[in-house]
Amino acid sequence: MNSHLHLWLIPTLPFLGFLINGMLGRRFPKGLVSAVALGFPLASFLVVVRAAFIFLSLKPQPIPWLITYAPWINAGPLHVNFSVALDQLSLVMLLIITGVGFLIHIYSVGYMAHEDGYWRYFSYLNLFLFFMTVLVLAENYLLMFVGWEGVGLASYLLIGHYFDKKSAADAGRKAFVVNRIGDFGFLLGMFLLLSQFGSLSFFQIGSGLAANPALQGGILTAISLCLLLGACGKSAQIPLYIWLPDAMEGPTPVSALIHAATMVTAGVYMIARTHTIFDRSPFTLAVVAIIGAATAFFAATVALVQTDIKRVLAYSTISQLGYMFLGCGVAAYSAAVFHLMTHAFFKALLFLAAGSVIHGLGGEQDMRKMGGLRKKLPVTFWTMTMGVVAIAGIWPLAGFFSKDAILYEAFQHGTLGKSLYFVGLVTALLTSFYMFRLWYLTFMGESRSASHGFEEHGAAVHSRPDSKLVLEAEEPHHIHESPWSMLTPLVILATLSICGGWIGIERFGSFLSPVVGPILDPAQQSGGKGLDWALSGIAVAVAALGWFVAYTFYGSKNDRAQKLATSASGVYTLLLHKYWIDELYTNTVVKPLTLASRYILGWIGEGLIIRGSAWLLAGIATLLGELVRRWQSGNLRSYSGWLAAGAAALLLFTVVGVVLGIGGVDIRMVWAGH
Amino acid sequence: MDFHTVPTSWYLILSALLFALGVVGFLIKRSLITVFMSIELMLNAVNLSFVTFAHEWHAVKGQIFVFFVMMVAAAEAAVGLAIIIAIFRARATLNVDQIDLMKL
Amino acid sequence: MDPQGQVFVRGAKKRRICFTAVNEGHMHLVLFLIFAGFCLAGAVNLLLQTHPINSALSLIVVMSSLAVLYLLLGAEFLAIAQIIVYAGAVMVLFTFVVMLLNVGEEEHTHGSYAAKIIGFPAIFTVFAVITTVVLEAQHRLGGVKLSDGITKTEELSKVLFRDMLLPFELTSVLILVAILGAVALARKEGHS
Repeated sequence: MNSHLHLWLIPTLPFLGFLINGMLGRRFPKGLVSAVALGFPLASFLVVVRAAFIFLSLKPQPIPWLITYAPWINAGPLHVNFSVALDQLSLVMLLIITGVGFLIHIYSVGYMAHEDGYWRYFSYLNLFLFFMTVLVLAENYLLMFVGWEGVGLASYLLIGHYFDKKSAADAGRKAFVVNRIGDFGFLLGMFLLLSQFGSLSFFQIGSGLAANPALQGGILTAISLCLLLGACGKSAQIPLYIWLPDAMEGPTPVSALIHAATMVTAGVYMIARTHTIFDRSPFTLAVVAIIGAATAFFAATVALVQTDIKRVLAYSTISQLGYMFLGCGVAAYSAAVFHLMTHAFFKALLFLAAGSVIHGLGGEQDMRKMGGLRKKLPVTFWTMTMGVVAIAGIWPLAGFFSKDAILYEAFQHGTLGKSLYFVGLVTALLTSFYMFRLWYLTFMGESRSASHGFEEHGAAVHSRPDSKLVLEAEEPHHIHESPWSMLTPLVILATLSICGGWIGIERFGSFLSPVVGPILDPAQQSGGKGLDWALSGIAVAVAALGWFVAYTFYGSKNDRAQKLATSASGVYTLLLHKYWIDELYTNTVVKPLTLASRYILGWIGEGLIIRGSAWLLAGIATLLGELVRRWQSGNLRSYSGWLAAGAAALLLFTVVGVVLGIGGVDIRMVWAGH
Repeated sequence: MDFHTVPTSWYLILSALLFALGVVGFLIKRSLITVFMSIELMLNAVNLSFVTFAHEWHAVKGQIFVFFVMMVAAAEAAVGLAIIIAIFRARATLNVDQIDLMKL
Repeated sequence: MDPQGQVFVRGAKKRRICFTAVNEGHMHLVLFLIFAGFCLAGAVNLLLQTHPINSALSLIVVMSSLAVLYLLLGAEFLAIAQIIVYAGAVMVLFTFVVMLLNVGEEEHTHGSYAAKIIGFPAIFTVFAVITTVVLEAQHRLGGVKLSDGITKTEELSKVLFRDMLLPFELTSVLILVAILGAVALARKEGHS
C-alpha cells in the first residue's frame, strides 16, 4: 500500500538534476541548465504534494508509513536499512523544503543570470535538496546523518561559490569545520544510542523506550546532550553559531534556502524527532531552553548595530532559531515546528527581498548607503514590508502566531520557563527594533547610495572583475526593479507570510501530536484563555514599541542614533564587534590547534615518527647493503678465506655439535657401527 | 713402538696436512696459476686419504673413486688452464687481486 | 719385549731373522718417512716459491712422492696412474702454460684481509679437528705393512667395468667435453 507513494522519487529527482547539471551543465546553454534545475525540484514537490493528499485523505490519521528499500549494514548485531518514514512531521518539513526550495530555484534563475558558474550553482542547489530530503525522510539516525553531513557539504560548496574570493572560501571552510564539531556530537549520540538500544531506527528506539518506562536521565541525558551538540552546530546556536554570519559570503538565494529556511532547521527537526529521549531528560531540556533563549537574546543584540543588510538577517536567523530551541526546551515541539514553518516563509522572503535590493543597487549591501528605495523598488518594498511585520510578530501575520505560541508555552513551564519568557519578550522587542531599523534605512528617507560606492565593501553580488556589471560601475548605476523571475517568489512568500499562521497552533499542534506529543490547551491551564490573550497582547505591544523606537531613531533624518552610539560607545563597540567571540575562538581554539598540529602532529608525528621510521627502515636497508656489498669484492682470496671459514664451521658443527646438543654426527658412533 | 707397521693415522694426518697446505697456498698465492696448483695439491691430499681408507677396509671402491677424481681433475685442469690463458689474453696479468671484475 | 731387544739377547741366527723382520718393518717406515718428507717439502716449497715454474716443479715432486705412497698402500694401478696422468700429463700441461704465458715472478700486491684473518684460523681449525679425530681413533685403525699385499688390477677392473660402467663412460664424455671446452676457450681472437 505504501509503495505507490514512490517516496524514493523525492530525493532521487533532485539528485538526477545534480548529476545532469553537474556533469553536462558546463556545455549546456543557460536555458537548458535552468530547465533541468527547475524541473526536477518541481517534480519532487509535486510528488510530495501528492503524497500529502493521500496522507491527509486517510482517516483516522495513519501510523507513520515505513518503507524499507534495501538492507544497508548487517554487521553482527547492527542492522541498518535504507528505510524512509513519512509521518506528519516529515510531511510538513518536506512541503517546506520542496516548496520553498522550488521558489528559491526560480528566484535564482533571475538572480544568478549574470554570474559565472551558473551550472555549478544549480547542480549544488539540487544536491542540497537531495540531501535535505534524505535527512527528513530517513527512518534511522544513520541515514539521517548521511543527509546531515550532505547538507553540510552542499552548504560548504555553495558558500564558497565565489571560490576565488578568499573571504568566501574561508567562510565555506569555517562553516564546514564548525559543522563538523557538531557532527562529532551527533556521532557520539549515535554510538550511545547503539550501545543502549542496539539499533539506530527511530521505531525500534521508540519501542525500546516505551517498553522501559523507568529509564530516565542518566544515559538518556548523555545521548540527548550529544545530539544537542550536533543540533547546535547545524542550527547555529551558542557555542557553534559563528559560521552563519560568515556564510553570507555565498549568493543571497543560498542564504535564503540553506541558512534560513531549511538546513539550519535540521537541528530543530532532529530534536523534535528525538523528543521521546529529550522528554525523559529534564536536564537536557533545560539546557536546550537556556541555550535557545540565550542565543536568541545574544544574536538580537548583535543585530542591533550591524550595517550589512545580510548580516542583520543572519543574526536574526540565529535569534529566531533560538526561539525554536526555546520551544523545544519547554517540550512544546509543535510550537517550535510551527515557528520553523512560519520562519521559513518570512525569513526566505526577507533574504530574497534583500537580494532583490542588492541586485537592484548593483551589489551594494551596506545599509548606510541605501535609502529611499520605496519608490524605486515598489514590489520589493511591499513584499519586504510583509516580511518585516511578520518577523516582528505583529498580528495578524504569521510570525505573531508562532512566536506567541512559544512564549505562552515557555510562560507555563515553571519558574525557569517564566524567566526565559521574559528573555524571549525582550528579544522580541529587539527583533522588532532592528528589523524596522533595517526597513527604515533601506527603503525610507533620502537616497544615500553613491554612484561610486559599491567596489568598496565586502560581499559583492558580482564578484568577477570582468563581470559586466563592474564595467557599469564607472557610470552611475541605474537602480532598477528586479525581473519577474525574482519577484514572483517574493509575492508568493509574502502571501504565505501573511496567511501562513492562520492555521493556528491548536490545529497545527493536534496535527503533529501523534508524532511529537500534545500541545498545551490554554483553556485547561491555570489562567485559562484569558492568560493566553493577555500574553498575546503584551507581545503585540512590545512589537509595536520596537517599531516606535526604530521610528524615533531612523524614521526621519536625525542624529539620535549617532549620539546614542557615541554616548554608549563601549556597549556599541562590543556589539559591533560581535562580542569579539570570533577573535576569542581564534585565539583559544584555532591557534592552539593549528600550532599543536603543526608542531606536534607535523614535526613530531609526521616528521619524526612517520617519516623518521620510513627513513630508519631505508637507512637500515642501506646500511646493511653497504656492509654486505663489501663481501662481493670480486677478490678471489677473500672469497677463499670465507670458504675456508664456512668449511671449518660445517666441520665443527658435525663433529662437535653432538656434544653441545645442537646436532652433528657422533663420530664415535659412526666408528663403532662400522 | 712397533716398527713393522706404519699406523694408518699417520697417512691420514699427512693427508690433512697436505690439504691444509693446499688451502694456505690458495689463500696466500698471488699468481692465478699457482692458486690452481694449490687446488691440485688439495685434490691429491684427498686422494691419499681415499687410498688409505681403501687399504684400511679392503674396499676397492675407494681406489675406484680415486680413479674418477683423477679423471675429473685432469679434465678440470685442461679447462681451467684454457680459462687462465683466456684471462691472460684479456688482462695481461695473472694477479688474482687484479682480476676481480666479471666484465671486461 | 720388542724384536729389537731380542736381537741383543739372542744369537746371530736370530739376529738375521730379526734383521729381516726389522728391515721389512723399518723399510716401510723409512720409505714412508722419506717420501712423506718429500711430499711436505714439495708442498711447502710450492708455497714459498715466487715464480710459478718453481711451484710447478715442486708440485711434480709432491705428485711423484704421493705415487710412491700409494704403492706403499698397495694401490699399484693408482700409483702408475698418478705418475702417468698427474705428474706426466697434468703437471706438464701446467708447465707448458706457465712457459707459454711467461708471467714471471709474482708481484707483491695488496692482499685481502679476509683471507688472512679468517682463512688461516679456519684452516687451522679444520686441520686440528681432523687430527684430533684421527688420533682419537688411532687404536681402532690398523696399520700399513709392506706385506699387506697389493690390490690386484684385475679386481679393480672388475669393479670399474662392471659395477661402475656408467660412471666410467660418463667420465669419457666428460673428458671429451673438457677437450672441446679447452679448445674453444683458448682459441685466439679473430678465428672463425
